[in-house]
Amino acid sequence: MMSNENELSHRFEINGRDFSNAGRASTSIKEILQEIGIDSSIIVRAAIASYEAEMNVVMYAHRAVLTLNVTPEKLHLKLEDEGPGIENIDLAMKEGFSTATDEMREMGFGAGMGLPNIKRNADEFEISSTPGKGTTLKITICLDSTQKK
Amino acid sequence: MKEYFHSIRIDPEKCEGRMKCLRVCPTQAIRVRNAKAMIIAEKCIDCGECITVCPHSAIVPLTDPFGELTKFRHTVAIPSPALYAQFGREILPEKILSGIKNLGFDDAFDLALTCGEVSFAIQEYLREYRGPKPLISNACPTVVRLIQVKYPELIDQIIPIELPRELAAREIKKKKSKQLKLKEKEIGTFYLTPCPVKMISIKQPAEKGKSFLDGAISISDIYGPLLSAMEGIKKGSYRKALENICILGVGWAMVGGICRTLRLKNSLAVSGLGEVLKVFDDIERGKLRNIDFVEAYSCAQGCVGGSLTVENVYISYNKILKLIENLEFEQIKACPDIREVRKLYKQKYFFIKGKFEPRPLKPLDKDLAKAIKKRKEKEDIYESLPKIDCGACGAPTCLTFAEDVVKGEAELIDCIFNLPQKFTDLSLELSELLKKPACLSQTKSSPKKTSKKGKTIK
Repeated sequence: MMSNENELSHRFEINGRDFSNAGRASTSIKEILQEIGIDSSIIVRAAIASYEAEMNVVMYAHRAVLTLNVTPEKLHLKLEDEGPGIENIDLAMKEGFSTATDEMREMGFGAGMGLPNIKRNADEFEISSTPGKGTTLKITICLDSTQKK
Repeated sequence: MKEYFHSIRIDPEKCEGRMKCLRVCPTQAIRVRNAKAMIIAEKCIDCGECITVCPHSAIVPLTDPFGELTKFRHTVAIPSPALYAQFGREILPEKILSGIKNLGFDDAFDLALTCGEVSFAIQEYLREYRGPKPLISNACPTVVRLIQVKYPELIDQIIPIELPRELAAREIKKKKSKQLKLKEKEIGTFYLTPCPVKMISIKQPAEKGKSFLDGAISISDIYGPLLSAMEGIKKGSYRKALENICILGVGWAMVGGICRTLRLKNSLAVSGLGEVLKVFDDIERGKLRNIDFVEAYSCAQGCVGGSLTVENVYISYNKILKLIENLEFEQIKACPDIREVRKLYKQKYFFIKGKFEPRPLKPLDKDLAKAIKKRKEKEDIYESLPKIDCGACGAPTCLTFAEDVVKGEAELIDCIFNLPQKFTDLSLELSELLKKPACLSQTKSSPKKTSKKGKTIK
């Protein structure tokens, strides 16, 4: 990965079914962003998007790597997972659609809000998936106020 | 930057730099410099954890001394309901209130009724509210400060209803000044506090308004004198004090008291700062959006666990439960008149005057590009450290030390693991000097430099 002076990058590993550590990456991301003085409304968007992404991995995938990249202009989050992938992305992006099991629903997840919620908090959103292999998610949030959504 | 008032002071005479406070501080606001602890004002949320843990009682809460009473023509004590849990079970609030009067206050006001009214006002607010959920109780000033510092996005979820002690003080001043034909400022209202943070909420309210209270006296300071002052008071001799009490309000002394008395179904109560942090993280992630109301206290078990209380916290928690039962037995009214509360609520009687504003920590740099650079430096420094959080450098963790170095507030050499390297450098420097004795007389700067550095590692 390219690393220059003006770019901060962090890598988080997330494991499927690891509910006890779920949320750690998003907490770290929030702390990093607070330290460098990012506006709190943006921090919340990044924290929600990364948390939902993290939970998706914990619930459905085997493992994933989440990378955070911050430059003075933009914040990028990239999530690459190894897992079942998504058969029909359009369907998965619909609010209320979920393949969550009853157990997951009991824990308060699986409302079918995950991906739409990530998209809502992003300025740019890209998703690609290979069924049987995994899903890649890329989101961008603009930090420069002139480019804000 | 604006100065923050804090209710906690470290007495350098007493401080022996034992670093207990350093480790226990939940916001990493303490550093030990030259063997003395110091507080970083910007980071401190006045939770009082350091007071409890200091083995030398060097950390003192800044509450008011008793002598303050003489400044006023008429004085009223407003005890926190947590005071009722400090004595034997047979001692009911009426006796405690009359004991307070024996201590020299002109009057003692039971806060429970006001607490009950505020509970109802919260209920009204919950019913009308349509914004993001859950709403968060403002009863604990440390929690409010925690939100201001660490969770600025949750600030609009803090309930903007005035605290019972403030409402009580406001109304007492109004009423008494008419009754006694005195000016409001001639009436002194003193809160008997279970924790130091109430003191700052008086000196510097979070919402930037002005407090109606004139001071706070620590429960632990008043405990001994009050015990003696209660001797000989017979049960029922101060029955009048009970007219004001209400069962609904006594619960404010413990965690879950508000939820319990309002019988809120969709609420949760949390106590202890570590637990509060977990719950707030979940709120921020949107995980608790189906909860209506969160009651959070920095001290374990709520106000009965405050650092200025005397009784064991679990005992006092049970005593509050027992007291509620006892009061029911004494046929004390359970709650204030809800119609009256609703009427006052509509008149904005309960709302705070100011507004809660965020108080985010200073970033590593104002300029984002520079902040990013510093953040990377911090990481590089951290990677070079032993990561055992020994605290010998005076910072609570290796990570905070790395941050201090980046901010220019500490030097890498302060880490004892960097000492061997420093010795090597110094000995090299020395042997260089010995090889060239002539330069000692020629240049003054280099030996001077050595001695300066030698001093820092002493």
